[in-house]
Amino acid sequence: MDLLATIVVDGLIYAGWLFIVSLGLTLVFGVLNILNIAHGSLYAIGAYASASLVGAYFAVGGDAFPYGSYAALILAAVLVAVVLGPLLERGLLRYFYGRDEVLNVLVTYAVFLILEDVMKLIWGVNPYFVYEPYTLLGDVEIGPLFYVGYDFAVIAAAIVVGLAVWLTLNRTQIGKVVLAVIHDAEMSQTMGVNVQRIYLGAFTAGAFLAALGGALTAPMISVTPGLGANVIIVAFAVVIIGGLGSVPGAAIGALMVGISRAASVHLLPEAELFIVYFVMAIVLMFRPEGLFAKTKARKI
Amino acid sequence: MKKTGIYGALSTIGLMAGLAGSATAQEDTFKIGIITFLSGQAAESFGVPALNGGKLLIDMMNKGDALPAPYNTKGFGGLNIEYVVVDEAGGATKQVQEFRNLVQREEVDAVLGYVSSGDCLAVPPVADELKAFTILYDCGTPRVFEDGKFEYVFRTAAHATMDNISLARYLKSRNFDVPSYAGLNQDYAFGQDSWADFTASMKQIYPDAEIKTALFPKFGAGQYGTEISALLREKPALVHSSNWGGDLQGFLIQATARGLDKRSQLVLSAGDHVIPQLQDKMPDGIFLGARGVNGLAAYARGGELKELTDTMWDAYEAEYGVFPVQAPFRMWQALFGLKTAVEKAMADNGGKKPSDEELVAAMKGLEWDAPSGHIEMALADGHQAIQPNAIGTTKWNADAGKMELVDVEYYAARCVNPPEGVLAADWIAQGFPGAECD
Repeated sequence: MDLLATIVVDGLIYAGWLFIVSLGLTLVFGVLNILNIAHGSLYAIGAYASASLVGAYFAVGGDAFPYGSYAALILAAVLVAVVLGPLLERGLLRYFYGRDEVLNVLVTYAVFLILEDVMKLIWGVNPYFVYEPYTLLGDVEIGPLFYVGYDFAVIAAAIVVGLAVWLTLNRTQIGKVVLAVIHDAEMSQTMGVNVQRIYLGAFTAGAFLAALGGALTAPMISVTPGLGANVIIVAFAVVIIGGLGSVPGAAIGALMVGISRAASVHLLPEAELFIVYFVMAIVLMFRPEGLFAKTKARKI
Repeated sequence: MKKTGIYGALSTIGLMAGLAGSATAQEDTFKIGIITFLSGQAAESFGVPALNGGKLLIDMMNKGDALPAPYNTKGFGGLNIEYVVVDEAGGATKQVQEFRNLVQREEVDAVLGYVSSGDCLAVPPVADELKAFTILYDCGTPRVFEDGKFEYVFRTAAHATMDNISLARYLKSRNFDVPSYAGLNQDYAFGQDSWADFTASMKQIYPDAEIKTALFPKFGAGQYGTEISALLREKPALVHSSNWGGDLQGFLIQATARGLDKRSQLVLSAGDHVIPQLQDKMPDGIFLGARGVNGLAAYARGGELKELTDTMWDAYEAEYGVFPVQAPFRMWQALFGLKTAVEKAMADNGGKKPSDEELVAAMKGLEWDAPSGHIEMALADGHQAIQPNAIGTTKWNADAGKMELVDVEYYAARCVNPPEGVLAADWIAQGFPGAECD
């Protein structure tokens, strides 16, 4: 029972982090129909920005109220999103709407490579650390093991952003407009919807979620170049399992990846990398478009 | 260096167009092509510190009087040292092309490079093909000379086998009880090889110790929460890791936050280089290696090499504001070896700038002193170095505000390196026959 509980807790912690990142990826694909490779770079920039901002916070006397560093983490993600979201969407991606999906993948891959070097230009190659937020929330004892309270805060953050995105899409007027654009952008435009603005908003929201994932991860790692490459691969696995463009799909995909990976590390560590893609392959065998992707009517 | 027809023509065209810069080899200079990671994960841990150390030492050598004897002569035998730098990032195929560029277009007199074992395995055949004198200064895989034989290639650092033999010996010498142990290593050649060497050594020294689990998270994983849970559950007496760079930093941050260092002894075979970044976040009591008597272990050693070590240590700290870790030490031992070889070759040829063949003859079986100890090209018919090693225990000095290495044990080169003609894995499996431990 201890082992089962440990696997579930470890899986949830990993899934929470993964869901935040994957949610942004699937949101951008759902609305803009772009598989955004540069999502990994936005994650890494979020990590760097939060490391810098939290560092600055403590440098100007943040020790007096260390919990303010959590606000700095979120502010970093917001800054990355409002600067880079519009810059990339308005400055580049809009010129490729309606073009071949493969071309869009190549364009965002180019952006990924450029941003990797931009990060080195801004932050150099030396690591950045911001440990303080990681230990502020104390420990949580579950069975024989201690966990860091921060890990559960990340799970809470994942639930909050997941609900926020789902409720916005399904329970608000703007959400219904976004869904209309997802369903048929041309028709929406003829009905008076400013599709360009929806695209801009969705991409910026996706950039925020990527940067938030990076910002929340920064306190538990050393922020170094190359951070984004690993994340994007596993995030792709999640959204493919769940179905590209599906919010519940991203949640279920993250849970499946998190739990299966945790089970593998505890029971069969040799298969840790294999298991994620094995789960993906099994899902795709029975549901080639992922678990929650809606079947699309073919346009004539 | 040799210049073949087509490259010679291209080089000439380049010169005419004003593009080739200082490509022409000159008789009063010795030009080195330095290849190390300037980008990617290994840049911060190994590439950049090594390059910084290399640039510093070359400047000191060119001044002529900045180093203690026998290195207080200008440059290499009076030749001014120049260098060009190439980023090692990009994979082995790219590095083979970069190597050809350095030899045939830049016309360097020696190539000195490679952190990645993959690059160290890819370049030597090309070096022999081009008859280009080459020093592998950093990479760890024993396979370079155990699987191959190369005339123009030398490795001035010991291969990685000694790192893990030394750890096992350290545990024994500290009377550390090891009923069980576990490993967390990066899932690529260095991590897998390190774990194999460590488990093989432990089998000899602690035959009854049980392996609880062997974890190989992917390179650059970042998140180790699940692995740490597994290690906490298994409760091994010690946890071995050869992780480096950001992976090691992330693991230590997360492991100490969850008390893994209190439950199990952490032993890190190559971990000294994260101290400048982690400082007091690096836990006390870790058994720590630096892939040689490098960094803090060299600083604590004293003895005959103290003057040389302190000179380099102080100069590095003054220049870069941080103490030198293992990477600059390996670069220094390569440059001191190259200087010794060039000057030996010049002594043999009447003081002329040596050819590649003369350098090869001088380097074979060479011995010299470096801040990391006495280096001997004792293996692979004089092409592979052996060197002493050291393991110590971390202890934060709160008063001085710096990390120290205490209870340091130093191991003679022939105590932790296999003898000539014996494969490293076989030597361990046979119980270290002929090991010369004081």
